[in-house]
Amino acid sequence: MVEFAMHNAWLVPLLPALSFVIIVFLTKPWKRLSALVCVAGMVLSCVIATLAAYGVFTNHEFTEKPLVYAVRWFSMAGLNIDVGVQLDPVSAMMMFMVTLVGSLIFIYATGYMEGDPGYSVFFSYLSLFAASMLLLVISSNLLQMFVAWELVGLCSYLLIGFYSHKISAREAAKKAFITCRVADFGLLLGLLSLQIVFGTLNLTELAEKISNFGQYTSMGILTLITVLVFLGPIGKSGQFPLHVWLPDAMEGPTPVSALIHAATMVVAGVYLVGRTMFLFTEVPSAMELVAVTGGFTALFAASIAITQREIKRILAYSTVSQIGYMMLALGLGSLTASMFHLWTHAFFKALMFLCAGSVLHALHHKADVWEMGGLIKKMPITGWTFVVGGLAIAGIPPFAGFWSKDEILLAAFDTGHYVLFTMAALTAFMTAFYMWRMIFLALFGDEKPENHPHESPWNMTLPLIGLAVLSAVGGLVGTPWAPFWQEWIFFGHPHHAEPNYLIMIGSVVLAAAGIYLAYTLYCADKTKARAHALKERYKFFWTLSYNKYYIDEIYLWFNHTFIDGAARLFYLFDIYVVDGIIVNGIAAITRLSGEGLRVTQTGRLQNYALVFFLGVLAVAVVLAFTGPSVAAGLTGGVK
Amino acid sequence: MQVDLSLIVPEMAMAVLGLTVLILGLIVPKESRHGLGWFTALALLGVMGLVLAGWNNTGSLYGDLYVVDQFSQFFKITFLAAAFLVVLGSMRFVDKHLGGQSEYYSTLLFATLGMMVMASANDFMTMYLGLELMTIAFIILVCFRRTESKSLESGMKYVLLAGMSSAVLLYGLSLVYGITGTVVINEVGQALALRGPLPILMLGVVMLVAGLGFKISAVPFHMWSPDIYEGAPTPVTAFLAVGSKAASFAILIRIFVVGMFGISLNWELLLAILAAVTIIVGNLVAIPQTNIKRMLAYSSIAQAGYILVGLVTASQEGVKGVLFYAFLYVFATVGAFTVASYFYNVTGSDEIRDYAGLAQRSPLMAAVMVVAMLSMAGIPPLAGFVGKFYLFMTIVEDYLWLAFIGLVMSMVSVYYYLRVALVMYRDEPLDGTPIAVSAPVTVTLLVAMAVTLFLGIYPGPVSEVVNTAAHSFFMH
Repeated sequence: MVEFAMHNAWLVPLLPALSFVIIVFLTKPWKRLSALVCVAGMVLSCVIATLAAYGVFTNHEFTEKPLVYAVRWFSMAGLNIDVGVQLDPVSAMMMFMVTLVGSLIFIYATGYMEGDPGYSVFFSYLSLFAASMLLLVISSNLLQMFVAWELVGLCSYLLIGFYSHKISAREAAKKAFITCRVADFGLLLGLLSLQIVFGTLNLTELAEKISNFGQYTSMGILTLITVLVFLGPIGKSGQFPLHVWLPDAMEGPTPVSALIHAATMVVAGVYLVGRTMFLFTEVPSAMELVAVTGGFTALFAASIAITQREIKRILAYSTVSQIGYMMLALGLGSLTASMFHLWTHAFFKALMFLCAGSVLHALHHKADVWEMGGLIKKMPITGWTFVVGGLAIAGIPPFAGFWSKDEILLAAFDTGHYVLFTMAALTAFMTAFYMWRMIFLALFGDEKPENHPHESPWNMTLPLIGLAVLSAVGGLVGTPWAPFWQEWIFFGHPHHAEPNYLIMIGSVVLAAAGIYLAYTLYCADKTKARAHALKERYKFFWTLSYNKYYIDEIYLWFNHTFIDGAARLFYLFDIYVVDGIIVNGIAAITRLSGEGLRVTQTGRLQNYALVFFLGVLAVAVVLAFTGPSVAAGLTGGVK
Repeated sequence: MQVDLSLIVPEMAMAVLGLTVLILGLIVPKESRHGLGWFTALALLGVMGLVLAGWNNTGSLYGDLYVVDQFSQFFKITFLAAAFLVVLGSMRFVDKHLGGQSEYYSTLLFATLGMMVMASANDFMTMYLGLELMTIAFIILVCFRRTESKSLESGMKYVLLAGMSSAVLLYGLSLVYGITGTVVINEVGQALALRGPLPILMLGVVMLVAGLGFKISAVPFHMWSPDIYEGAPTPVTAFLAVGSKAASFAILIRIFVVGMFGISLNWELLLAILAAVTIIVGNLVAIPQTNIKRMLAYSSIAQAGYILVGLVTASQEGVKGVLFYAFLYVFATVGAFTVASYFYNVTGSDEIRDYAGLAQRSPLMAAVMVVAMLSMAGIPPLAGFVGKFYLFMTIVEDYLWLAFIGLVMSMVSVYYYLRVALVMYRDEPLDGTPIAVSAPVTVTLLVAMAVTLFLGIYPGPVSEVVNTAAHSFFMH
């Protein structure tokens, strides 16, 4: 069984893809059946993924010598592209996590989407997304990965815009798509350059060639390539300054937010950097860039989350911030810590999103945490699982988040990055504070009379309980005293850090302090007077944070001024400059004389002829100035 | 001299077919003439079969004046596929809006014959013959809606502007002939390798670029195409956009990559600049368009720019890229224009805003439009992505800036393509009546969509065929 699963891991993405095809072509009219097909495909692929991961674990496949099998996709002179599967601890872990969390969220969605007119369509999109994401995970080749990368982007676009009657959802979908394409463009350039320089995009071959890159290229070029490749993850994983799309993406249905915009797709960027660690570790400055981007994003997003009011927006900024942690760990060279946090984060963040969904479901989509309160009494399962998620993300032992966050703090401290360490510790404090601010406001305190909450049905609470259990114990696989994780997933050689009790206790104290501060401000103080007083006192910072540092406005201004301007300019040139200035007179005469002909377009004929001959002239001039000597100068003297 | 006529069996079959359809129109009674469309479509498949059957039967006729190699055969298959799809897609249109069905189909067949001659022509005279046969047939087709002043106006414009461009082209050809003393492309190549770039020769090159630039609507010789695309009957526009452009690329490749190979350093950068300007202007001006045909016209200008990229390095890889892209371009473009044409049939409108809610009225039409457009924008896993990948791979080494412009602009193009998609999928239709798609149009749409998807997901087989075709081209 295990052997079969390991050698047929391509079934993992194929099964959800089949579900997609079946739903679209066969079962669309029957919504229950469609949901069943979708969930069944996912659960089956989860079984195979589990077996394969177990096989990788017991056979001691390591990142250096992965199990790879591939078929030729297409080839032309000097370019052979394979499509295949690469199984190693990193991809096995990811595959297992995606299918497990995916299955739970799909089950949840069967309850959450109840009564939606696009029920079947929604599940077909989910299946397509799962297939693309899993294809990305098992890719043995960067081009294959890129295709899957674009596919998940497409699914994300479809799902964010799922409530298409809402203008905000449409706008959010467009924004996500365009932002990610800006980043993907960098990634594509990076991949093309890799292909040109090293002649392959195959992961194992690249790893070999890059380890002595001096034969192929210079350090400068390699740095450029690495930075270009890193642009992709900046966009997809919502890192500063391309984080703007992720909070808006919360316009999609909540299971989508949980699956795509918290647990799986947005960490694809982290995964890509993790897969190409052999490239990044060769370029120290790129590693610094990754670490600083991650550290800064973590703090930056946390400082925005503190003042937000909508429950899913708080969670979204928290996601941005936590992915920043993962990037930070990668930049510090610790694949172990990064993947560990990716793993635990998937559980508790998916859990919290699903809890938020359950709350929204009960309150008929009232999203402002200030308008909630005391929900835990009416919704005990949602409430208490939410609390588990809160403890996990805040970093209270023995919950999952504690162990992985500790690993990252330790990595920063051990490598001597004290500034980044301080930023990460500060982020940990802020995270505990804003998460518990949300929990105290929404779940505890007085009930609001206008709300009539009720607990959600079993198919929604069951996944919550499952994820809560995982959030509670998921971190125990990698404690300092039993470091299974550290011995399994690593880059280079396993990293055995001595438990640093000072950091461990320090981080718990910070988390507890954050929770306590949130308690005094938002729970013990019924009138919330002190919270309001604080806000008034630091009005400037509050406004800045509440308005997300006006990044969106800056982008909009830039877009209106430059991009639209350029388009308008070209249009005007094409239509008016030649038309209006040069031939206005001729057009007027034709208009008077050409009674029998249509007036609107006749003036243009001579005009077109004129442009044609001007073009001939231009070509002649260009040719005169681009003889071999000039051409050689412009192309860098090649040939 | 041994003349192996078996090489030109497909061309002869096309000529006979064109005449047969014309005569059949006189014999068949008026009410059953719509069968002519089916007959023409099937016959085109037959001719395609002839080309395929003679795939390995290569050689040249009349002392290298006419060359049949896999390169020309690949182009012929491309034209025949385009003609087949256009015939199927225009049957209803012809019934409803155009009289004289047999004339329409036979003119279309003669245009295709012209293209086939262009693909194989290996000397200036034969090329010009093919080009004019195609152009004159197109002039007739453009003004086929005799009752519609817009169509007549377009025809008039096309006559004048195409005549002008032909004059410039002929002048260029005569200059090259004057320098080299031969009209056969291979001999031109040999003569130029000895002589090098004389100024008078370069003037000839300028004229050639302008004359052929007009046919492929490269900027700044593009001004005619939006007007004529808008005014012509839509199926004709589709054929004009794909067939005429692809055929002109065939002779452009032959003249430049074989004939002008010796002086390639002198024109590479020129073509690169031309490609860059064409890509930029085509994509940017497409943004503010509100008429679907004008938008597609500008987008097809941009597509020509992308194909031009493959010519820049005058290499085998580049030719491969051009062949592959020309092939996928046929299916995406015919798909998009067929939707536009059928939509016009039903609603009488070409405005993008009237496409609101098309996804509800006809899911097939909306899906084909979206697939075609996303392919043109180069989004994986559709054909356009692979095609652009091939094209840009050839130039990243020497012309990184051009690859950069191409990629930035294909990103821009997503914007206006997506706008149409949003209108079709997100907006509510004003008139919600479903649109029933007729059988032949359904076939066209499904074939266009299937090929576009297939080429993107599994480009292997076609890329191998393209490999052989490009290789054969470099053999002599």
